Amino acid sequence: MTSFTLNGLRVVVDADAETPLLWVIRDDIGLTGTKFGCGIGMCGACTVHVGGRATRSCITPLAAVEGAVVTTIEGLDPAGAHPLQKAWTALQVPQCGYCQSGQIMQAAAMLVDFPAPNDADIDAVMAGNLCRCMTYVRIRAAIKAAAADMAGAAHNG
Amino acid sequence: MVDRNHPLSRRNFLVATAGTGAAFGFAALTGAAMNPAARGSAFSAGAFEPTLWFNIDVDGIVTVNIIRAEMGQHVGTALARILAEELEADWAKVRIVHVDTDPKWGTMVTGGSWSVWQTFPLFSRAGAAGRMALIEAGAKLMGVAPAACRAANGRIIAGGRSISYGDIAAHGDLSRKFTPAELDKLPIKPVAERKLIGKPVPAIDIPAKTNGTAIYGIDAKVPGMVHARPKLPPTRYGARVVSIDDSDAKAVKGYLQSIALDDPSGTVPGWVMVIATSTAAAIRAADLVKVRWAAGDGATVSEKTILDRGAALIADAKAGSILDTGGGDVDAAFAAATRTISATYTTASVLHFQLEPVNALAFENDGVFEIHTGNQWQSLILPTLAKALGRPETGIIMRTYLIGGGFGRRLNGDYAVPAALAAKALGKPVKMTLTRADDARFDSFRSPSVQALTMAFDSNGAVTAMNHAASAGWPTQILAPAFMPKGTNGVPYDPFAISGADHWYDVGALRVRAISNDLANSSFRPGWLRSVGPGWTNWAVESFIDEAAHSTKADPVAFRLAHLTGAGRNGGSGPTATGGALRQAAVVKRAADLAGWGGALAANNGRGIATSFGQERDMPTWMACVAEVAVDPKAGGVTVKRLTLVVDAGTIVDPDGARAQVEGAALWGLSLALHEGTAFENGQVRDTNLDSYTPLRIGDVPEMLIEFTASTEPPVGLGEPATTVVAPAIANAIFAATGKRLRHLPMRPEDLRSTTA
Repeated sequence: MTSFTLNGLRVVVDADAETPLLWVIRDDIGLTGTKFGCGIGMCGACTVHVGGRATRSCITPLAAVEGAVVTTIEGLDPAGAHPLQKAWTALQVPQCGYCQSGQIMQAAAMLVDFPAPNDADIDAVMAGNLCRCMTYVRIRAAIKAAAADMAGAAHNG
Repeated sequence: MVDRNHPLSRRNFLVATAGTGAAFGFAALTGAAMNPAARGSAFSAGAFEPTLWFNIDVDGIVTVNIIRAEMGQHVGTALARILAEELEADWAKVRIVHVDTDPKWGTMVTGGSWSVWQTFPLFSRAGAAGRMALIEAGAKLMGVAPAACRAANGRIIAGGRSISYGDIAAHGDLSRKFTPAELDKLPIKPVAERKLIGKPVPAIDIPAKTNGTAIYGIDAKVPGMVHARPKLPPTRYGARVVSIDDSDAKAVKGYLQSIALDDPSGTVPGWVMVIATSTAAAIRAADLVKVRWAAGDGATVSEKTILDRGAALIADAKAGSILDTGGGDVDAAFAAATRTISATYTTASVLHFQLEPVNALAFENDGVFEIHTGNQWQSLILPTLAKALGRPETGIIMRTYLIGGGFGRRLNGDYAVPAALAAKALGKPVKMTLTRADDARFDSFRSPSVQALTMAFDSNGAVTAMNHAASAGWPTQILAPAFMPKGTNGVPYDPFAISGADHWYDVGALRVRAISNDLANSSFRPGWLRSVGPGWTNWAVESFIDEAAHSTKADPVAFRLAHLTGAGRNGGSGPTATGGALRQAAVVKRAADLAGWGGALAANNGRGIATSFGQERDMPTWMACVAEVAVDPKAGGVTVKRLTLVVDAGTIVDPDGARAQVEGAALWGLSLALHEGTAFENGQVRDTNLDSYTPLRIGDVPEMLIEFTASTEPPVGLGEPATTVVAPAIANAIFAATGKRLRHLPMRPEDLRSTTA
């Protein structure tokens, strides 16, 4: 049995300790917003937050998250209205959309470290997230728009 | 070619109410998540057949039926707004449904950049017919004459009074038939009065793609299903299972069994399905199951043997099919030529690498076999499924999910077959998911290609003839041979594998010879990959035109303009090819101007231009691209600094979606030019995952300038054309910068280092 917190709820899973967290989230728990792309941690479609850090769930064994706080795209914002999600919609970023949960989770973690990222910051941090539809131009723009939104909210708040 | 006749064109158009719209249950079924597994039996119950293409419920919700697959092109939004425009619907109340397979929809295929082009006239008329019926019914309910009414924003308005579409659906009589003749006469809005087409409208599918609720094929589930991962044989064709040893796999918790598939359709010979209670267990167990096979054809075939075979076929003047390119005596022109040039171009195998690995869920339900998956060409795979399962097509239904990247991979629905066979063998629902490496190994990848081009010039330096022979594996020959027309010599050809060679330049007599590479066809399943043939033919044509320009010491833009005059058959004809080569010349000129063509550049920097007419001569999308590159002369590295693209695609239905398609397609072109490419090695592709297959990443994106030509001509395709101009524009820019001509895709630093100026 492995126990961890997922999107604010404590979950207990009876699966082999080496089972990738991705499949526990998708098959055992049933949240399918986190996607399977490459299985070797190189496309980023499976990105979740573990303790707030962007983590490739396809190469993270279940045992590694015992007691940890895990967040998926479904738990990023209760109303699905994180500034990044709003920017993604406003700028019509997704095409097929398959990688976008991972892109948004990666970007959300980045904005904690780089509240006002420039192109070089974005290129460096987002390099591990493949978008096969090649929506990169809009990903860059949406991250900047969300950063500005969050800075404005912090300033006004 | 694909049947472009929709059912509507051959039948009367019927508008009718069927009790209360809400009874159809659509409202609950058209949420943003679009979960086909949760869908009721709206179509099979027989209660609903008022219109084929849309319905209106008592709340005024307009639900538009979409037969095209959603794979990132926001196709439902683009098509629904064509209908909503003429229907005068309230856009906030428009919903879309991606329908299940049913013969009533006609051919179900999403590809070729055809969707908007084919649907525009159909949906305009369907919307206009609905509007007329609503006006008549609304007028009756209000007790006024139809002539006193107009439709706007989901209401019928007469002077100061109005009634909503929902109220008309609830209380009115919408029984109304339109004959084909009446349909043809329906008033369609003048361009100036459009409210939705060409205007910014949020795509309906996007919100669900930002919050994890979008449901793709890989997310499909039904109670009681087991999970499967295939063990793939050493060759795509002809492999046979000799023995299966699953003793090690039994240690995996959740492993159930392994079964060799018996496939009457011959789609998946030698596949073994490893069954488990979870995806993770199936993946792990399959690694431990040992299978011995007898390999089929292709086990000793590699990239070089395929390219060598292509070259040998080209050298045989009798091989292949000759396209109708308007006549002219090519041989006489070459015999009389003062000067000739020739060049050979090659392209490597390319993977689709759509991010969602192929998958399918299959089970029998009430005597009907259900296939839940994302697919681009349901009409193609249904007969194969019928053969595999030994039941009629009417006993199979495909439920269409969002597609996590199509790019042509899911035109070939082969992956539905093993899931269906396993479900039949086990008598329970089977969900099959391929790993990334499994997906890559048996991708229907883009065949390697060889092309030989020659051009003849007379004593004045004028071009008098051109010869273009192209050899590659032919996807249409392997997967849909009924769609192969015959050449002038009676030999059938794959139109998708040669389109692009029949260009709009005036070159005197033009001969285009399309040659099927039989060794490629027998070794793997050649696939349609975004832009298909033009991905290689335009690489050759636009590189060669550049070489021709330089050989006459002409500027590459000026040379193109001088040969895009719209003379003869290149003048184009309606409706969609109106303007012909002159429209291509216009985008070439505009792209050159926008990119500062002729302006000064630093050393080792260069600009190159390339142009395209898109996918087909009868549906031309006029496209031009200027690439500006910087070359590292020692290392051979190429940095693309800027891409300037100008597009004339006629009427732009969805401006933001159109831009998104061109952004993505152009970056695909860049990725194929410099970052991708694999090789076929002993029956398998060499690169199967991102550790060695390296598509473009965010840091590789250059500055991009994209401009659409303002036009009221009919809309044409946008998903593919920008893919094919980028590689030749880069190669031409490299030549301008270094004097070195690269003739193989992808272009690698070592190629540049080993090429002399």
